[in-house]
Amino acid sequence: MMTVVCPACPPMPMAHDTAHDAAGDVVHLSLPGIHCAACIGGVEGTLGAVPGVRAARVNLGRRRVRIVTAPDLGAAPALAALEAAGYEAHELDDTVQTGGSDDIGRTLLARIAVAGFAMMNVMALSVAVWSGATATTEALFHWISAAIALPALAFAAVPFFSSAAAALRAGRVNMDVPIALAIALACVTSLHETIYSAGADTWFDAALSLTFFLLAGRYLDHRARAVARSAAAELTALEVPRATLLDGTARRTVAVADIAVGDRIALSVGARVPVDGTAESAALLDRSALSGESVPVAIAAGDAVCAGEAVLDAPFVLQATARAQDSTLRRLAALVEIAETGRHRYSGIADRAARLYAPIVHTLAALTFGGWWLATGDVHRAVGIATAVLIITCPCALGLAVPAVTASITGRLFRMGVLLKSDSALERLADVDCVLLDKTGTLTEGTPRLTGLDDAAAGVALALARASSHPVSRAIAAALADHDPAEVTDIRETTGTGVSGRWQGGAVSLGRGADGTELVLGQARFPLEMTESLRPGAADMVAALLRDGFEVRMLTGDRPGAAQALAQRLGIDLVHAGMRPEDKAALVAELGAEGRHVLMIGDGLNDTAALASAHVSLAPASALDAARVAADGVILASDLGTVAQTLRTSRRALRRIRQNLGLAAAYNAVAIPIALAGFATPLAAALAMSLSSVTVVANAVRR
Amino acid sequence: MNILVVLIPVSVFLGAVGLAACIWTLRHGQYEDLEGDAARILLEDDAPEDDANA
Repeated sequence: MMTVVCPACPPMPMAHDTAHDAAGDVVHLSLPGIHCAACIGGVEGTLGAVPGVRAARVNLGRRRVRIVTAPDLGAAPALAALEAAGYEAHELDDTVQTGGSDDIGRTLLARIAVAGFAMMNVMALSVAVWSGATATTEALFHWISAAIALPALAFAAVPFFSSAAAALRAGRVNMDVPIALAIALACVTSLHETIYSAGADTWFDAALSLTFFLLAGRYLDHRARAVARSAAAELTALEVPRATLLDGTARRTVAVADIAVGDRIALSVGARVPVDGTAESAALLDRSALSGESVPVAIAAGDAVCAGEAVLDAPFVLQATARAQDSTLRRLAALVEIAETGRHRYSGIADRAARLYAPIVHTLAALTFGGWWLATGDVHRAVGIATAVLIITCPCALGLAVPAVTASITGRLFRMGVLLKSDSALERLADVDCVLLDKTGTLTEGTPRLTGLDDAAAGVALALARASSHPVSRAIAAALADHDPAEVTDIRETTGTGVSGRWQGGAVSLGRGADGTELVLGQARFPLEMTESLRPGAADMVAALLRDGFEVRMLTGDRPGAAQALAQRLGIDLVHAGMRPEDKAALVAELGAEGRHVLMIGDGLNDTAALASAHVSLAPASALDAARVAADGVILASDLGTVAQTLRTSRRALRRIRQNLGLAAAYNAVAIPIALAGFATPLAAALAMSLSSVTVVANAVRR
Repeated sequence: MNILVVLIPVSVFLGAVGLAACIWTLRHGQYEDLEGDAARILLEDDAPEDDANA
């Protein structure tokens, strides 16, 4: 019937796929913003109109698009077109991401298919046996069942046998040992009954349905993990680590890891400094990722620049003084590693249940065998009943209880724009009672903004600010970069007072006023106060968190004044200002020692240690890759309002998991005594197994 | 009960056909993007028909 190929082997590339691949280069882009059919149509339509793009296929589940382009076209035209059409897009580094194929998942699906179809056939034959077939028909049906079940199990149950074997070799007992034992015993005793027509029950259908349900749980688990893993890989790929190297007069694009000491690196506005170095000309830098300080820092030619800072005003050339792995970025990694060691000790509720389960089942089965043997002296009967106990107690529902909930809830969170990278993050989120928020970059957005200026005034201020190289002027110019400069004539800079000029016939000036910098337009005076703009949803998030009874604290490396002002706007009472990275981690550790479960939300390098040492942590998508790597999850939505909802959802998820474990335990509590007493039949086993699995899954997916 | 000689091969054969179809869909990547395929049904066809037909 089937061709003789292993169904689990990775398939040959599809014919049309190969043709496209041969016809051009393949580029993968990440599209964090897409969510519906219109987005698919929009993205594929936009890309189809780009000259040089030969094919584009969106994968909505993974939020990415695979593009086949003319050779050497690169991703730039596609990125520009998507940007123009309003879709956020990032190039994915091909070395980091795996190209989209998921061999383990495919193998599991193939095993599920084999177990499922074999189960259906054997079940159909078993129904005839249960409803009372004649002895010859029964014997025939047993033989056919064996012929279907044994090869199917030999293929489908491999994961359980190999995992159990690995555990036994290491001298441990895991959840798979009782499973493998049950399947093996069921096969052996059933085959024995079939061959010798000994008259006892055969368990081929039970062994197959057991395998089927357990594989389904395994697959759900794998999917959740694969999504998390590919998301994590994607995040590191989001910032393709490349830099523009100046080689004499030529410009070359190189990988950041290949930059040598003494190389000259050209940096454009908005770029992040890839390695430590010295600036060849004056520049204005955003240091907030490193220090949390929101005010831009002006540096002069020859000043030291640290990796991770961002260029604000004008392109400049950097002379590397350290390689990427020796740069400041890496020094913080040591802090993170120390903090992370504590994290891996967390064991999920599924592990705890499994640890409890395996010994109980083994003891029960052994006791059953011993008891029946002693009582009746009939080894054959004792083995049959012990097998029934093993099969009835097999953790079908237990194996589905946790993955079914995790898969359904992480999917829901992903649609809300929250991506969990770590498997246990969902359970840890449910424990949270205290939320620590970083200020710069998390509660606020990037560069400070100037508020309260109309377009005309902003234009004048920009024109005047651009004429001066004073740090304040340059900060103002950077903050107003998206306005058009007004036509201001006779611009003169007076050292110590500011810049003045003429605009529309009147005198205008930008300079030091009574309280801080001010802009003067004829008679009107505008104080120019740099305020940080709040990220959308920040105020709502804080309000919702406080309403839900969480303790909310703000952490920042910034000055206490700026921090207090912002905290008051948001309604946060507890503010820790002037914190260095070590201080943040220390505060998290201190709260942890008090028994608090801390959720840390931060985006900068200065937050990485705190992110890694917190009970659970989230980073916004705009965060530096180091912070995203350290955090357990990433908030993809630009709106922070999802945080409170995430916490609520995770609590509900934990409740569901507990309910499911309870349901599974209840089924066993009813079934075990029946099996112990020797009344379990294959029919009862089949009913109990399917019912408990379906109940557990239905409980997981209900709203 | 002689009918079993026909019925059992038919049943096993149908099961094998189902399995083969399932493996075929698997090998053609039909489980790669379940969410996307669910959404794609809402899209218009790539080559729209004449407006007169609409």
